[in-house]
Amino acid sequence: MKKIICLFLIIISFSSCNDELDCCIYPKPVNVTLTFTQNWDGVPVNASDFNKFKFTTKNGEIISINDLRYLLSNLKVGRKIKNYQLINIGENTGIRLNFEQIEQGVNILKFTFGFADTDNKDGIYQDLNSVSFNVPGMLGGGYHYMQFDGKYKDVNNQDASFNYHAIRSVNRTDPANLIFQDTSFDVDLGAIKITNNTTIEIKMNIAEWFKNPNTWNLNELNTVLMPNFEAQKMMSANGKSVFSLGNVTQ
Amino acid sequence: MWNIVLKKDFLVTRNNKEAKMKNNYLFLLSFFLLMNCSSKEEEIYTPIPYNLEIPTLFANKLIAPLIPSNNPLTQEGVTLGKKLFFDKILSGDGTQSCASCHNPKKSFTDNQQFSNGIDGLLGTRNSMPLFNLAWNFDERFAWDGKEFGLEKQAFEPVSNPIEMHANWKNVVQKLQNHLEYPILFLHAFGSSTIDSVAVTKAIAQFERTLISGNSKFDQYLNGETTLTSEEQNGFAVFMDEAKGDCFHCHGSDNNPLWTDNKFHNNGLDATFSDLGFGNVTGDPADNGKFRSPSIRNLAFTAPYMHDGRFETLDEVINHYSEGLKRSTTLDPLMKKVHQGGVLLTTKDKADLKAFLLSLSDFDFVNNKGFQE
Repeated sequence: MKKIICLFLIIISFSSCNDELDCCIYPKPVNVTLTFTQNWDGVPVNASDFNKFKFTTKNGEIISINDLRYLLSNLKVGRKIKNYQLINIGENTGIRLNFEQIEQGVNILKFTFGFADTDNKDGIYQDLNSVSFNVPGMLGGGYHYMQFDGKYKDVNNQDASFNYHAIRSVNRTDPANLIFQDTSFDVDLGAIKITNNTTIEIKMNIAEWFKNPNTWNLNELNTVLMPNFEAQKMMSANGKSVFSLGNVTQ
Repeated sequence: MWNIVLKKDFLVTRNNKEAKMKNNYLFLLSFFLLMNCSSKEEEIYTPIPYNLEIPTLFANKLIAPLIPSNNPLTQEGVTLGKKLFFDKILSGDGTQSCASCHNPKKSFTDNQQFSNGIDGLLGTRNSMPLFNLAWNFDERFAWDGKEFGLEKQAFEPVSNPIEMHANWKNVVQKLQNHLEYPILFLHAFGSSTIDSVAVTKAIAQFERTLISGNSKFDQYLNGETTLTSEEQNGFAVFMDEAKGDCFHCHGSDNNPLWTDNKFHNNGLDATFSDLGFGNVTGDPADNGKFRSPSIRNLAFTAPYMHDGRFETLDEVINHYSEGLKRSTTLDPLMKKVHQGGVLLTTKDKADLKAFLLSLSDFDFVNNKGFQE
């Protein structure tokens, strides 16, 4: 009789352990979707807002946006990493990125704006080549971080073009001896407690590209910015306040 | 006893006869069934897959070409498409084929500003060259992007009153009554009953095989030849944001298509008589935009632009250098419009032209496999 009771107790204790393992020690992984949105100082911006002179920079220039696409790399949610994501606002592509099998609990959300030098290898990404996102070899090759094209009203109130193209900064003073500076930058959006399938909004405030810390004067810096060493460093500095965490929906 | 045996034998013999009769019936039935099956060859013929010969540079640099799942390439489909492409049977009066305006020796365009239709009427757009079409990832074809997909594009010229001016019903009837076409369609698509969908599928299959990737510049990128100093400088002008800045729309050494296949207003006009892409989308912001053509094979494709307004490459380069016109939808990539453009030097212009001509693919225009 004692033996039977002992056996019974052992079975109960083992089955109890199983339950505990399933429910508490290894919670079920969930899916996380990043969504990329844009705004101008809080006012949402999408493709329908393009080609209209409706935004005013900190320096006072009225601009219209014609094209805006940018690249984020090494996107990390907890331990999961996606190599890169090209977001094209005008074509409404790349605006969602799914992560599967994310562990429940606190997860850090980080990414790099553009490619860090170690990833910025010339011509190796077929999908980016296919959409002509490359940087010319004379500027060191690799890929754009961002192509932001539009128009502004110049001092004569005439439409003028700007091509705010961010790339790895290159000093071409001596074309035979190019000096590079990695102007990609990391963005850490902090720790997010994830307890279920989750959608996380990553916001880009476009106005910040013209604002902080460098007040951008489009009458001076408008086109041919890719080979402009100083302009690239200014873009990088301004970019650091562009991204922020938006809504987290669980 | 013997009687019984005999009766048994009789019965056995009778049963054997009946069995034989049954067998005969079954044999006849099977024979007719098989005859019936063999007459439906369409149920058993399987076309042979066609493997595109993709240039190494394309395979290394680009994502895979687009082949619709409902129209895979087959040897029979491509052969049929080629025959149709060169056959004047598709036109209303039997005088024009697709090749009349898309001549393989001219990189599948003609040298007319506007092409003549069968009634002598002129179109309003320059005939587009045809190559590397399977890498048009947005699948918007024609200068204004009005046709989505190659199959759909192939429908249009046949019935267009200023082009081949035919009635699709009549075309299909002529093909159906033709000695060869029904069997060719049977082998390509599994049915000898011809319709316009199958016709356009076959033409699209042939068009997807038109790959141009062996110009001098391709060979240079493959390490097989060297460029002249003029061609090298011309390429630098092309890639320099402060000079030509052509690469943002026209590809690069990393994009051997030499086009983005997107729609741009490149400053040809201050006002628009042809709305182009704007007429397709209905968005005024797209007025005056046309698809960037590839700059491959320019040696064979004059005149240039959507309306064939420029007869020479020099005129084209001059336009971008000092001829830009301001308009509301002018692409922001068109720089220094207040002075007409980037003002290239005479030498840079000449070198740029030399580089552009290094993208001429003579193997493509001389490829007998692409000719009638």
